[in-house]
Amino acid sequence: MANHSEQEILKGLGEIIEEIVGTEPSEVTPEKSFVDDLDIDSLSMVEIAIAAQDKFGVEIPDDQLKDLKTVQDVINFIQK
Amino acid sequence: MSKTDVVVTGLGATTPLGGDVATTWSALLDGRSGISVLPEEWHEKLPVHFAGQIAQEPSEKLPRPRLRRLDRTQQFALIAAKEAWEDAGSPEVDPIRLGVVVSSGIGGILTILEQYDTFREKGWKRVSPFTVPMLMPNSPAAAISLEYTAQAGSHVPVSACASSAEAVANGVDMIRSGRADVVIAGGTEAAIHPLNIASFASMRALSTRNDDPQTASRPWDAGRDGFVMGEGAGILVLESAEHAAKRGARVYAHASGVGYTNDAYDIVQPDPEGAGQARAITQALVDADLGPDDIVHVNAHATSTPAGDVGETRAIRSALGDAADRVAVTSTKSMTGHLLGGAGAVESIASILALHDGRIPPTINIEELDSDVVVDIVRDKPRDMPTGDVAVINESFGFGGHNIALVFRRA
Repeated sequence: MANHSEQEILKGLGEIIEEIVGTEPSEVTPEKSFVDDLDIDSLSMVEIAIAAQDKFGVEIPDDQLKDLKTVQDVINFIQK
Repeated sequence: MSKTDVVVTGLGATTPLGGDVATTWSALLDGRSGISVLPEEWHEKLPVHFAGQIAQEPSEKLPRPRLRRLDRTQQFALIAAKEAWEDAGSPEVDPIRLGVVVSSGIGGILTILEQYDTFREKGWKRVSPFTVPMLMPNSPAAAISLEYTAQAGSHVPVSACASSAEAVANGVDMIRSGRADVVIAGGTEAAIHPLNIASFASMRALSTRNDDPQTASRPWDAGRDGFVMGEGAGILVLESAEHAAKRGARVYAHASGVGYTNDAYDIVQPDPEGAGQARAITQALVDADLGPDDIVHVNAHATSTPAGDVGETRAIRSALGDAADRVAVTSTKSMTGHLLGGAGAVESIASILALHDGRIPPTINIEELDSDVVVDIVRDKPRDMPTGDVAVINESFGFGGHNIALVFRRA
């Protein structure tokens, strides 16, 4: 599996989130919470997780998705 | 107890003729056709190669992230609702006194079909998590309720091609019943897809005039061979006259009477005697406290099908009697095509603007009038409407035997 740098993942997530909910990629920074800061609801999170899976080749199971609260959490999960 | 006077204070539409009411209305008066050729790759498998496709794509008006979680019916409805709401002066109204009655005849069928394709090709995980709230028939009404915080109640009468006329009727009734002061009412349809065209074509309901699509929708012409499918939405802001007066709103017309009946004759064929249609007209007139002599114009349902068009003219004559001689009848479907669940609302708007502007749009494409037509049809060019305190009727009928008549009276 390809290794992705933190920067690469952050950029990719920014693109995905812009596509799905319209948030400016510059708003998507590691410390941001999806729900509280980026105003992303649970259905959009499902879409984002699937898109991230396609982009980075890492499956995010449903039971782990709910623990991924911040952008950094997703970066860590994908790099793990 | 006298009925609450309900008025129309806002209009919005997106149709095959234009992305708003003004563009649509001027095209109707000009007698322009909104029918266009379908994507080339569909032609091989279908006997019909044209439809009334929307003039302005929703992507020109709504941002991409918004579009991807809205069915096309919702997109049209939100665009038309925004226009209508702003046209009404963005009324200040208590959310618990604001209602929504917005229908679709078919519902979110494009979402169903597209997501089924995704499911078969890529599996369940790739199916959009918004599929359900997009495909629900109540999704346009729900989207509008959310957008305008309408908490009085949200309703979705489904009666095929009569759906949005029924929605307007229910909106009037909702205000009269005291449940709301303002109601956003109308309908939307977005069903242009090969399967749906195949489905209507297999009933032999569609025109197959592929060599001349813009003349295919020809209500009352002797050579008519079926309707032309269209897409789009129409939305009206209905308001109690008292509420409108208090805020000094501009009033287009009174929504004075509603009539609802059912043929209970056949699942798709109208009763050839038109008895149920005539009863709907009579009921709407009684409801409006008006008589046949008050009516100067009917915007007919007439879809360009062999059976329906002439039967409707018999129903008009039977309901209005000799007064029918002075009634100018038109079918704007000759230009828009048949917007199915969007038709009644868009045609209500045309009826109201005819009253408001004093001009009746023509029926185009009649080369030879069917000799069984028993009313006066406005052909080719718009006709001036009498001045003064007059009223018009908009009729809509749907598979399932539904007949709706709406009476609008000049303000």
